[in-house]
Amino acid sequence: MKTPKELRYAKTDEWIKVEGDEGTIGISDYAQDQLSDVVYVELMVEEDDEVSIGDILATVESVKAAADVNFPVSGTIIAINEDLADAPEVLNSDPYEAGWMVKIKLDDPSELDDLMDADGYEAYNQERE
Amino acid sequence: MFTPHTPQEIEEMVKVIGVDSIEDLFLKVPKEFRFPRLDLPEAMTEMEIASELKEISSANASTDDFISFLGAGAYHHYIPAAVDMILRRGEFYTAYTPYQPEISQGTLQAIFEFQSLMTELTGMDVSNASHYDGATAAAEAANLAYHFFRGKRRKILVSRAVNPQYRETIRTYMQGLGDVDVLGDEVGDESLSNDEYLLNMVDNDTALVMVQYPDFFGRIYDYTKLIDLAHAQGVLVAIVFNPTALGLIKPPGDFDADIAVGDGQPLGIPLSYGGPYLGIFTIKEKFVRKLAGRLVGETVDIDGQRAYVLTLTAREQHIRREKSTSNICTNQGLMALAATIYLSVLGKNGFKQVSNLCFQKAHYAAEQISALEGYELAFPDQPFFHEFVIKTPRPVNELNLHLQDHWILGGYDLSQDYPELENHMLIAVTEMISKEEIDEFVSVLSEVNHD
Repeated sequence: MKTPKELRYAKTDEWIKVEGDEGTIGISDYAQDQLSDVVYVELMVEEDDEVSIGDILATVESVKAAADVNFPVSGTIIAINEDLADAPEVLNSDPYEAGWMVKIKLDDPSELDDLMDADGYEAYNQERE
Repeated sequence: MFTPHTPQEIEEMVKVIGVDSIEDLFLKVPKEFRFPRLDLPEAMTEMEIASELKEISSANASTDDFISFLGAGAYHHYIPAAVDMILRRGEFYTAYTPYQPEISQGTLQAIFEFQSLMTELTGMDVSNASHYDGATAAAEAANLAYHFFRGKRRKILVSRAVNPQYRETIRTYMQGLGDVDVLGDEVGDESLSNDEYLLNMVDNDTALVMVQYPDFFGRIYDYTKLIDLAHAQGVLVAIVFNPTALGLIKPPGDFDADIAVGDGQPLGIPLSYGGPYLGIFTIKEKFVRKLAGRLVGETVDIDGQRAYVLTLTAREQHIRREKSTSNICTNQGLMALAATIYLSVLGKNGFKQVSNLCFQKAHYAAEQISALEGYELAFPDQPFFHEFVIKTPRPVNELNLHLQDHWILGGYDLSQDYPELENHMLIAVTEMISKEEIDEFVSVLSEVNHD
């Protein structure tokens, strides 16, 4: 299971990659593995939407489950990954690169302090096994 | 009596759960209610009960005894004998989508054929495996539109010319969503004609516009303009259709409707005092992830042979839980099969012929009745299919009582649902009624006015 060091993680299995005051959000390798084969991704937000922590970002359907993806931070949507609609399987094959979901302008970078680093997230996952 | 468990098995089970007997499981129920004495008559023999039931049923009057001009959502059509014969085969005799679907290939294939026929009939892309009836299918259309906009658009506009029972069912379904307003069917002269009134209410908070085709009064409208203008505001449009009419008039898919729903009862299903009927639900492909109910798909098995599966099930409640569009995870299996057999037996030409007969006979009847003194067409300028509204010289229920003396079931009394339509009778004419029977109906209507 991959857990890139440069990302931060939420207990609800989203990752965020921060560059300046912008963040890119997706779901973790652990999450895609739990879901199994993803067949459909519906992004629930559009560009310029303002969102808060916990708002629904997307619904992901796999062959055995449907799950919500939530925002780990607050902010304004600056881009969405339109390719996911036609290629949902990249969530399984490449969750940290091609599988990104949205880019967001952060309202408050201090919200990142409440998220886990890679070590913390790995430990959290082991606890759940 | 059917006893699924032997006494030994029962003994084992009560032992495992730690009670002495099955009766102990009911101790929470107050003693006086536990085994109530039922005040039932003496038991009868099979012969006696058959005779009693026959006597009770003879108090009913059916369309076998009466000439029927009643429609208003349920129609008296001829049902070929083959429909019942095939329907009652043990292999098919189930009301539901199978719970272990893949081992029931025959049932899945029948549903797949049904879906294919429905898309062909409506000109839409996708049909689900069916709903309970036209009313619940209409309510699911509202549901789909609401979820398509993720609850952000909160107005559902429904024409006053949509079947009143459907509108009531839509409101029942929508009440759980709390913040949804079902509008557009307010009392008034303008709301009875479809286009302009609804169009004036369309805004960017509107999720869906629903119209009926032919509408509840039998009228046929061209919805091209309505749909174009609704789409311009991003609003979805649902058309409630009568399947028999589609043998003759342009299908909803050609209007670019997003959703087309209807009651499949006219397709080989008896009137049966109101049910079971059949909800037809069809959509454009882009809404398939929001589609309620079961969907059968065709695929190939491990050996490359054709096989059928339940598909896109992640839409459904057993996987998606509270996030699903609808809580419906079943279909009206037996009735869908009846419609499938009916359409297959009639074929394209036979079906068109039924449709045409209804149209021609209804127009003959309308012409004859509106020529009578005191009777006139309520909407003389609007084309209609096999149902039309007549303004009557006396209250409809009075006329209907007279007609019953002549073994005729008169039309539907519209004042029940439309206070503004006192003395208005909705008359349906299907292929079951002969010219002579229409003439008889006309002559009784004429007599009644001169009484």
